[in-house]
Amino acid sequence: MTVTEERVQAVPRAKDARVTDEHGRRIRIGELLWRYTLLLLVLALTVGPFLWQLSTSLKGPTEDIFSSPPSFLPEHPTLHNYQRVADTIPVWDYALNSLKVASASVVTNCVGSALAGYALARLRYRGRRIATLVFILAMLVPVEGIIIAQFTTMRELGLNNTLIGVVLPGSVGAMNVLLMRNAFLNLPYEIEEAAYVDGADVWQRFLRIALPSVKGTVAVVAIFAFMGAWDDFLWPLIVLSDPSRFTLTIGLNYLHGTFANDERLVAAGTVIAVAPLIALFACLQRYFFRGVGEGAVKG
Amino acid sequence: MAGVSRVRRQLPTSPWLFAAPGLLVVGAFVLYPFVSTVVNSFTDRRTLIPGRFVGLANFRELIHDDMFWTGLRNSTLYIVGVVPALVVLPLLLALLVQKNIPGITFFRSAFYTPVVASIVVVGLIWVWLLDERGLVNSLLETVGIGRIGFLSDQWLLLLSAMAVTVWKGLGYYMIIYLAALANVPRELHEAAAVDGAGAVRRFLTVTVPAVRSTMVLVAALSSVAAFKVFSEVYLMAGPSGGPAGEDTTLVMLVQRTGTGLTGRVGYASALSVVVFVVTVVLMLLVLRADRRERT
Repeated sequence: MTVTEERVQAVPRAKDARVTDEHGRRIRIGELLWRYTLLLLVLALTVGPFLWQLSTSLKGPTEDIFSSPPSFLPEHPTLHNYQRVADTIPVWDYALNSLKVASASVVTNCVGSALAGYALARLRYRGRRIATLVFILAMLVPVEGIIIAQFTTMRELGLNNTLIGVVLPGSVGAMNVLLMRNAFLNLPYEIEEAAYVDGADVWQRFLRIALPSVKGTVAVVAIFAFMGAWDDFLWPLIVLSDPSRFTLTIGLNYLHGTFANDERLVAAGTVIAVAPLIALFACLQRYFFRGVGEGAVKG
Repeated sequence: MAGVSRVRRQLPTSPWLFAAPGLLVVGAFVLYPFVSTVVNSFTDRRTLIPGRFVGLANFRELIHDDMFWTGLRNSTLYIVGVVPALVVLPLLLALLVQKNIPGITFFRSAFYTPVVASIVVVGLIWVWLLDERGLVNSLLETVGIGRIGFLSDQWLLLLSAMAVTVWKGLGYYMIIYLAALANVPRELHEAAAVDGAGAVRRFLTVTVPAVRSTMVLVAALSSVAAFKVFSEVYLMAGPSGGPAGEDTTLVMLVQRTGTGLTGRVGYASALSVVVFVVTVVLMLLVLRADRRERT
């Protein structure tokens, strides 16, 4: 069926006349039907597992969670499991630790990569090319290959088993520096030139002119720093050994390893860990998507 | 022109002051550990014992270590299992969410949710779903297929972990493909349609060639990530890597060998060097494939 035929057929239907694609062409009702069917199917596959986890976490101790056929909704929804998970592991302390680590990572990444990115993009000095190369090389090093050496470095610094030790290796991501560099490179020189003529020094130009112009990229860096730190598993698993200092991901792994038979408990724990990020994502979607685009071009 | 050079003239110290925090972190926690990993791979260093130079002894031991070959096999299988799915499925998904029909932004965001969640959360969700008594087996039993031990068989475990990796990555690569698809001129599709090409034909002759370089990029990103797989398998198969450790991946072996108070830093570093080498080879292979296609 050709495109022209599609248009001719669609015209008489007044009802679906407003359903058009990005080029303003009408979409047939049949195509719409199978598109929505597929979309709902994929939706069930991608979001369904999260909802099942939420449902499990709300099921009371007397309710059969293993029933076949499964019961998708809790009969008597209860928050009891959330209380029990807090009695089993200090889950709120772990959440607080995760929040500390993620917030610190946001601050250090935004400040560190904005400063370094500005230096690489704008400031003229000997060694600028080498400095850029250092960040490019660092971006290419696979983290999984250096964790053992990072661990021995932390031991030497006496920072193993501390939250600072968790934050430090990712505190200024090389990729973030290069993202900021690109953002500054895309700004026209003329604006800063005018400020220079007005007597602004380098800090004033950076803080008042350059930085406000790349707010979007700073937001991307902030979001990915937060998500990266909140979600990270391998590094905190290696550097933290004292259960009182665990982050949420390590705490959940511990909960799963020790109380694996209590699915309601683990479910409640995972909901606590994932809810803040889903909320963050719901509010700031476009920065998440923008970050994927910019990151992929570089990565 | 004079203005440009004047703007760029700075106090001699400030540029380094700007770059210092970044350089310090990257130097101390990325580049120094990298160099130290390579150096340590030639020593018998342990966590609490400074090592002596032992030449290639670690690498000779590797070759005779069954666990190393198991890890290398599983990490390589992971590329084979995951990369084709992550190159093709997100592209189909992107085509599905590309048209701006009502509610489509909701679907795009919803499909991205697994990317946002921590791999630990995702791993534990699927451990529960694929449990002997979990939802998937309940459904399988209801439709009369019977229960399957996804998490008890060595190969089913690895396959399940791969499925989870694909599930979590779909949304990420979907967004990458969406950006690429936006640049495919619509006229190409129309011309093909006028020539009588069906949807499948148009996909193969118009869409695929137009996003080929993006497919190469996705293949590169996903193969490097697949080879370094750790969390999914660690969570689903357990720290010891499933039945008799047969599901251990290379990075799991690095973590198991090199950490703790008795960690064999030297040997784990030799394993890490293998990770570096394979990663670099993978990137070069993909780049070469890309160049060949372009010329």
